[in-house]
Amino acid sequence: MIPLYWYLLLAALLFCIGLFGVITRKNAVGILISIELMLNAANINLLAFWRYLYSETGDLRGQVFVIIIFVVAAAEAAVGLAMIISAYRQKQTVVANEIDSMKG
Amino acid sequence: MTGMQLIFLIAAAVVVSSAFMSVTSRRMIHAALWFVLALLGVAVIYALLEVSFFAVVQVLVYVGAIAILIIFATMLTRRALEDHGKQFNRATLMTLVIVSVIFAGLVFSLRSWPQIQSMTAPLSADQLDVGVLGLALTAPDGFALPFEVTSILLLAALIGSIYVAYERKEKKK
Amino acid sequence: MNFIYDPVPWVINWLTQLLLSWGLSENFVTTLLYLVGAVLICLGAMLFTTMLIWAERKIGGRFQDRLGPNRVGPWGIFQSIADMLKIFTKEYINPVGIDKIPFNLAPILAVAAVLAVWAVIPFSQTVFGSNINVGILFIIAIGGLGEMAIILAGFGSNNKYALLGAFRAVAQLISYEVPMVIVLLIPVMFSGSMGLNDIVQAQTIPFIVYAPVACMIFFICSIAENGRAPFDLLEADSELVAGYNIEYSGLKFGMFFVADFLHAFTSAIVFTTIFLGGWQGPGVEQIPVLGGAYMLIKTLLVYFLMLAIRFTVPRFRIDQMMALNWKILTPLALVTVVMTALVDKAIPHEMTAIRIGALLVANLILWLLADRMITTFSKRNPVQVVTGKLRPLARPEILSVAEKETAQ
Repeated sequence: MIPLYWYLLLAALLFCIGLFGVITRKNAVGILISIELMLNAANINLLAFWRYLYSETGDLRGQVFVIIIFVVAAAEAAVGLAMIISAYRQKQTVVANEIDSMKG
Repeated sequence: MTGMQLIFLIAAAVVVSSAFMSVTSRRMIHAALWFVLALLGVAVIYALLEVSFFAVVQVLVYVGAIAILIIFATMLTRRALEDHGKQFNRATLMTLVIVSVIFAGLVFSLRSWPQIQSMTAPLSADQLDVGVLGLALTAPDGFALPFEVTSILLLAALIGSIYVAYERKEKKK
Repeated sequence: MNFIYDPVPWVINWLTQLLLSWGLSENFVTTLLYLVGAVLICLGAMLFTTMLIWAERKIGGRFQDRLGPNRVGPWGIFQSIADMLKIFTKEYINPVGIDKIPFNLAPILAVAAVLAVWAVIPFSQTVFGSNINVGILFIIAIGGLGEMAIILAGFGSNNKYALLGAFRAVAQLISYEVPMVIVLLIPVMFSGSMGLNDIVQAQTIPFIVYAPVACMIFFICSIAENGRAPFDLLEADSELVAGYNIEYSGLKFGMFFVADFLHAFTSAIVFTTIFLGGWQGPGVEQIPVLGGAYMLIKTLLVYFLMLAIRFTVPRFRIDQMMALNWKILTPLALVTVVMTALVDKAIPHEMTAIRIGALLVANLILWLLADRMITTFSKRNPVQVVTGKLRPLARPEILSVAEKETAQ
């Protein structure tokens, strides 16, 4: 049987890699990928805790939270990528540092 | 070491290494492809947790939709598919330090929780039914409100992304 | 358990007893048998595909008033084997500037994504790979992997036609996934489960009787998912040269080719399982092996229908295809799901005949409404009919009567 802390360690590592990407990536799409990795880490944590601590009690909060995170991730990817493409049309760049003025 | 543990270790190694490659690789399109591999690894992890519904939804939503969207966006925002110049900003070293500190803190807090070493999953396959989750999501005393809110969020995202990405015709003239 | 009535579980049982008597551990035996089963199913599917390619070419030939393959063996039956040998001996060409890993991974993924669907199909009452409780979702999710294979092929080839073809293909596949997924809610609603074997078990009366409109939408969408005519825009030669697999040669191209045929047959199987009652038929309870035969017959009928459509209907334009999906199929699918749920809830399940009648009437009304709306829409935007002058003829005096009428 797999111990719970293996899952938690994996999630922690994945989260840290994602965080690193969010802070250091220049490309806006890269930042979005890193955010998705962080959300996945959170999902692993939620599902592991639900499975090990709550799966016998009939408490479904862990699963419901994961579903909501899926929805948020999908919405975020759709809107975020639309914004990136729209910004690229205006400025011809996707480097996050160079998109710094409010007016097109 | 049992077979389950071996599968977990392989999947975890795939997830971590491909996630690392996807935040560090120079060409954005390669980053996106590594990202897909990481997502598939996470789906395997879900399957090991015996939540097959989430494993399948992970492949369906992330690989089938989000990753493909990201690959499309990467290709649409590159004239040539080559990425020149540095891919990281100046804060790389500092971020590395911060991230290591955070990871060390997480590991430390895990170690300071003594019961966690002995925790094992209960063997209750009957609780993992999808129907139970569906009923909980729609029951008025369950999670009906959050469920409705997420559907409104999706609708808003749908309309919003169409509005944002819509190429206005008068600007073309 | 009898060998003649139900051979596959009998063999599995016998093998398990044999291996256990050799002193192997039970886990090991189970894993081994699963592996053997997986290899057998994959091999069977691939070998079946070679026959299928011959049958498709032969039937296609008849549809188009030619002979089809007729040289190798009686009725050309070994044509695919000759083709296979040719493809095996061809050179692997790695074009300049390809991205090695995606380029080589794409054909493998394309075949694997189709074969993985076979893992959850119930071939008869007792023969199925895995009855996971999310079977339907699994099939759709695996379709997503197929899209990934197309993207990898298009990107890895370093060719603009391949990339354009891949973009088109993925746009088409993602679009047609939407009404397909919505419509799949209806069988789930009727059977109360997402496992494919449970769905088949619930179909003592096939779901095509309950929900003909949903069935039709699913059929159209699965043809579009295959990328076959009339939706074969992803390999429209005149526009894209050959689509996303243009740079492939030898066995790598062969794998895309096999994936294409296997995908068509697999979607016929899925259609049979979900809407035509899979292995259900008279006498299945006593003799489970009959279920496999029923399944095969139904699947081949569906496949024949797909072939008939493929070889007779002309290709859509890309805007027509997108309009068909987003303006007709998706709204129709949404309305169908809501209406079916309402009617299904309103009438208690005990009154089977009344329930089926009400569902049929509701479907009919829906279909007439949709047809009415499409007609008014197309009247508002009339298609410009191209009329030409009389074409230059060598002997105008033997012009056919019909052509004379159009000319005047």
